Amino acid sequence: MASSDVARQLDKGARPLSLAGHVGFDSLPDQLVNKSISQGFCFNILCIGETGIGKSTLMDTLFNTNFENFESSHFEPQVKLRAQTYDLQESNVRLRLTVVNTVGFGDQMNKQESYQPVVDYIDKQFETYLQEELKIKRSLHNYHDSRVHACLYFISPSGHSLKSLDLVTMKKLDSKVNIIPVIAKADTISKSELHKFKIKIMSELVSNGVQIYQFPLDDETVAKVNTTMNGHLPFAVVGSTEEVCVGNKMVKARQYPWGVVQVENEHHCDFVKLREMLICVNMEDLREQTHTRHYELYRRCKLEEMGFKDTDPECKPVSLQQTYEVKRQEFLAELQKREDEMRQVFVQRVKEKEAELKEAERQLQGRFEQLKSRHAEEKAALEEKKRLLDNDLTSFGNRKTAAALLQPPGFTVNGKKDKDRKKWVKLFCLCFTAQHSSALMANFELFFFFILIHLFYSVFQFWLHVKT
Amino acid sequence: MHGSKDGEKSHGGDFSYVGIDAILEQMRRKAMKQGFELNLMVVGQSGLGKSTLMNTLFKSKVSRNKSVQSNPEERIPKTVEIKSISHDIEEKGVRMKLTVIDTPGFGDQINNENCWQPIMKFINDQYEAYLQEEININRKKRIPDSRVHCCIYFIPPTGHCLRPLDVEFMRRLSKVVNIVPVIAKADTLTLEERDSFKQTIREELRANGIDVYPQKEFDEDAEDRMINDKIREMIPFAVVGSDQEYQVNGKRLLGRKTKWGTIEVENIAHCEFAYLRDLLIRTHMQNIKDITGSIHYETYRVRRLNESNGHPGALQANGVAAQHEALSHEM
Repeated sequence: MASSDVARQLDKGARPLSLAGHVGFDSLPDQLVNKSISQGFCFNILCIGETGIGKSTLMDTLFNTNFENFESSHFEPQVKLRAQTYDLQESNVRLRLTVVNTVGFGDQMNKQESYQPVVDYIDKQFETYLQEELKIKRSLHNYHDSRVHACLYFISPSGHSLKSLDLVTMKKLDSKVNIIPVIAKADTISKSELHKFKIKIMSELVSNGVQIYQFPLDDETVAKVNTTMNGHLPFAVVGSTEEVCVGNKMVKARQYPWGVVQVENEHHCDFVKLREMLICVNMEDLREQTHTRHYELYRRCKLEEMGFKDTDPECKPVSLQQTYEVKRQEFLAELQKREDEMRQVFVQRVKEKEAELKEAERQLQGRFEQLKSRHAEEKAALEEKKRLLDNDLTSFGNRKTAAALLQPPGFTVNGKKDKDRKKWVKLFCLCFTAQHSSALMANFELFFFFILIHLFYSVFQFWLHVKT
Repeated sequence: MHGSKDGEKSHGGDFSYVGIDAILEQMRRKAMKQGFELNLMVVGQSGLGKSTLMNTLFKSKVSRNKSVQSNPEERIPKTVEIKSISHDIEEKGVRMKLTVIDTPGFGDQINNENCWQPIMKFINDQYEAYLQEEININRKKRIPDSRVHCCIYFIPPTGHCLRPLDVEFMRRLSKVVNIVPVIAKADTLTLEERDSFKQTIREELRANGIDVYPQKEFDEDAEDRMINDKIREMIPFAVVGSDQEYQVNGKRLLGRKTKWGTIEVENIAHCEFAYLRDLLIRTHMQNIKDITGSIHYETYRVRRLNESNGHPGALQANGVAAQHEALSHEM
């Protein structure tokens, strides 16, 4: 049937084999180099030193360019770091150089926390790289590596020993970055003092357990020169971008009344040694050490801190994804719990609000009932009054008709008068009703008008009565 | 190039020299010290001359020749096997660990459906091993690279067109590994037949959407594209392999001797072996490794990490770690 089994036969251990002719893979290093040329290189230097010690000048001298730095003030409240990136090119090699300078280092009165911004900066660069590496869709080959590859620590040329600030800072940084200590402004120290100073510094570093960067000795081509240079650490450097005429050449130098200190003269200072070691011989090694030693250490610590382990309590290898899954479940469970809590609180509040609203509704209902009953009462009172008035009206009407019946016949002459009288009575009744309705309607003018008419009629009646 | 080795200061009046370009030399030294790794896989039916071609490419016996097997039953395996053999070779100070992965049994059964599966699985296992190593907390300084960099696919010289097996295989595998198709035993084709065969193959590859190495989408710049276009017009290479030397015109050359003449393997008028060798070894080896590492591996990684997000219970601690130990060789 379909072939689906795999039988794997492996050779354990690679056998050496000799080639019978020229194959051509010796061009492989060239291919690698060509690829790197097209990609470009990245190098990041961190310069730590007191303000005014010559960090920027040294950088300018080292890379033969003017990096456009400005003087910093001595009154910074805190140590800050200023990073600037430059694109340099020499023959066909493009270098992206980032120079990070400390600003205000050693200027504060309380220098206990001076090292912290530096450590934070270095950690931040590692963190960004780690984040990129852990991403799902990542682009590591395009990534601009901002991790600090070399740290130049500038020691001030007191001639005696290291300051305690120096020791503390270097101790904090030695496991995070490659430290290369340099003695700045070395033209202020005489040769014999310099020798003693260097020995003192190195012994102090050793006795305090500070691990500075040692130039690598494993490659035979450079082992010899690196060993010699290791013995010259720390380098006593002088920086200068000004050129002075010495003999018949223009050299980079500092001019004093008593002589000229030439930067590139090996008898005068160790600048050439520094340039050679830092750039020409060991740049790649610095980058590699940063990646394989310092970054791996950071990564390990960070991941262990986050709770990931390579082996679980039963000492069985656990994959990162498993731990990640477990953590993710935990996190989701916690989110769910919080969501439930919030929902409960919400339901509670809703209930309370509902109760409040019901209470208010009840109150309103009560008031409404009250108003309604009052209105009914008033209406009843008015009805009562109306009824009374109606009774009055009917009784008066009755009395009127009774009075009319009791009247003598002499009034037949006044038959017309009777008719008139009847008409007047009707008019009177109308006025009477109108008067009272207008009273009810509180129409006072009409009221008085009808009272007047009532009065006139009463007078007329009396006159009639007197006449007969 | 200005060198400043052993403390000599012969800069003279050259003020502008900083020494940045010395980094190239440093890189070269480091690379040579570390050594290189290359993993090649050969896929094709038996009898197409895979082992012979490997031996010709590397001018040494990197693969055992199957045709000299004495036991005839052993000749056709019942299943597709994956056989991986490593050798340390050195040339002019450059050390390389070459691993040739052979796939006997491919396409030899009566029913060849899914015969690419073991191969796919093997390739993915190598990616998995590398991924596991990479996400470890304590990881090695240099992760041993056992990922298959290039797969050479042997097309039988029928002269007509690609067979369904060829199309299926290349279609599936071109997405996970760099495939270099070659026409095996090209000495059975005349030049005209060869050219028309190549044309047909190229059209079929294009029609099926198969992207073989050098892939068009990974060309970096115009210069790259120009060089790669020339190569793309020549694939698949028509090769002849031989590990025996004959005397031709007073020189000892690798070739095949027949009654009608001697075919010189390294003569570009006879066959295109030299182009294949140049592509694989002399000019594009680093590029092949880069594409494997930064594109195919990353694709696998993305897929794998997304998978594990979607199915929480689907992950177990793989037994691949054990297999990885067997496969990996520290330099």
